[in-house]
Amino acid sequence: MESQATYNYKVVRQFAVMTVIWGIVGMLVGVIVAAQLAFPTLTDGISFLSYGRLRPLHTNAVIFAFGGSALFATSYYVVQRTCQVRLISDKLAAFTFWGWTVIILLAAVTLPLGLTSGKEYAELEWPIDLLIAVVWVTYAVVFFGTIIIRKTPHIYVANWFYGAFIIVVALLHIVNSAFVPVTLGKSYSFYSGATDAMIQWWYGHNAVGFFLTAGFLGIMYYFVPKQAERPVFSYRLSVVHFWALVSTYMWAGPHHLHYTALPNWTQSVGMVFSLILLAPSWGGMINGIMTLSGAWHKLRTDPILKFLIVSLSFYGMSTFEGPMMSIKTVNALSHYTDWTVGHVHSGALGWVAMVSIGALYHLIPKLYGREGMFSKGLIELHFWIATIGTVLYIAAMWIAGVMQGLMWRAVNADGTLTYSFIESVERTYPFYYIRLLGGILFLGGMFIMLYNVLKTIADKGEADDAIPQVAAH
Amino acid sequence: MDINDFRSLQTVLAFVAFIGIVIWAWSKRRKKSFDDAANLPFADEDQHKSTVKGENK
Repeated sequence: MESQATYNYKVVRQFAVMTVIWGIVGMLVGVIVAAQLAFPTLTDGISFLSYGRLRPLHTNAVIFAFGGSALFATSYYVVQRTCQVRLISDKLAAFTFWGWTVIILLAAVTLPLGLTSGKEYAELEWPIDLLIAVVWVTYAVVFFGTIIIRKTPHIYVANWFYGAFIIVVALLHIVNSAFVPVTLGKSYSFYSGATDAMIQWWYGHNAVGFFLTAGFLGIMYYFVPKQAERPVFSYRLSVVHFWALVSTYMWAGPHHLHYTALPNWTQSVGMVFSLILLAPSWGGMINGIMTLSGAWHKLRTDPILKFLIVSLSFYGMSTFEGPMMSIKTVNALSHYTDWTVGHVHSGALGWVAMVSIGALYHLIPKLYGREGMFSKGLIELHFWIATIGTVLYIAAMWIAGVMQGLMWRAVNADGTLTYSFIESVERTYPFYYIRLLGGILFLGGMFIMLYNVLKTIADKGEADDAIPQVAAH
Repeated sequence: MDINDFRSLQTVLAFVAFIGIVIWAWSKRRKKSFDDAANLPFADEDQHKSTVKGENK
């Protein structure tokens, strides 16, 4: 069955199904931490369920388990289909799946135990960091090895984005995770002081730029044209915005450290590059949305396209909001408030999750030899629940964030603060309830998806498509 | 020349590279190969339709 004449869909199937599972797990933890903010005494006295331990579990699970699996699944699928060749090594591909699974399980154990290196989005301790480096390098070997043996003359643009994502994440992870081990569960950063902070946010923002943007633009560049059944709006634009995006993102990190011990000029560099980022980001959004040019009617009937196009709208929104928030004077209001949380989730729920969900609804029937998903109506229902959940979430956090920022900076005539911190917390409660509701809706949509996926899989077997013979070009 | 001249030069070179990429991408010479590349997602479609039925278990 799995001969050289077919694509390796086994590893794609494994990652695709685990994307849905990890999505549910990660978002469930998200709902729990949202509930803890709305009801602070919820898990009092249970150390491994405390907010400080669950919050990194939530971010790691949704970014690396859910998002990571979506990227593995789609990149392995896209690189095979657009290079018209089977993955260079089934064994190495299987190693990346099982290795990634072990990493996720180790994270799920160590983070609730409180084992953390304390670096945001890079909390995992050093033995796990080493395993991540090995799995990631293997991933690079499988991906680029497959591109090298391709049967097509060109490297499709989606593979450029996936390739940039794989290379840069390797670089970021290895540099930022440099450590001095003390015991098996404790290490210290190789860097110190402001340097450590700058490297951390060079990592942190490029995790957004390359893991959560370049990788998912790779998804967009394959699945939007496929689902719309027309080639991408402008291949030229895709080339230009690719190079602009990858060369600009690298410098935007310092905007996470405005008004800190970081040198002032570094903050300004971060701000200026963040502002420039609007252009290449919108290049991608326009290219994706305009792919539907001349076929807008498909949006009315195709819920998968709705997911993909609405995800691009959220991408456009959050990549406008991001540069705006990086302006130092705006950041003076927004930083450390829930506005940041709203911004992140407009990207995470609206863009990353929705484009992944849309791609999976396209992908899963193909992997199991079906014409389409079990129920189109359930996809439509999922779309609306997810969209309403996202809007409730981000609108609540915007209002809460601006309110907090205004309350914290308000001063009386004599120069004393108008409000105590706890007053701003108290006023935030209503918005925490709305955010919790938004999160529950989004999670609910994932359960609908799981049901739909299981019903789709249950009916028939699997498919490993034959590779077109060389005559293709 | 002190190091700041090199820093300024780097900015200028990055800008020149960007303009270069734009000119290259929009040159007539690239059109056909970009069109071919843009159609890659559809290049193996017929094959897919014919095999997917045969491989259902």
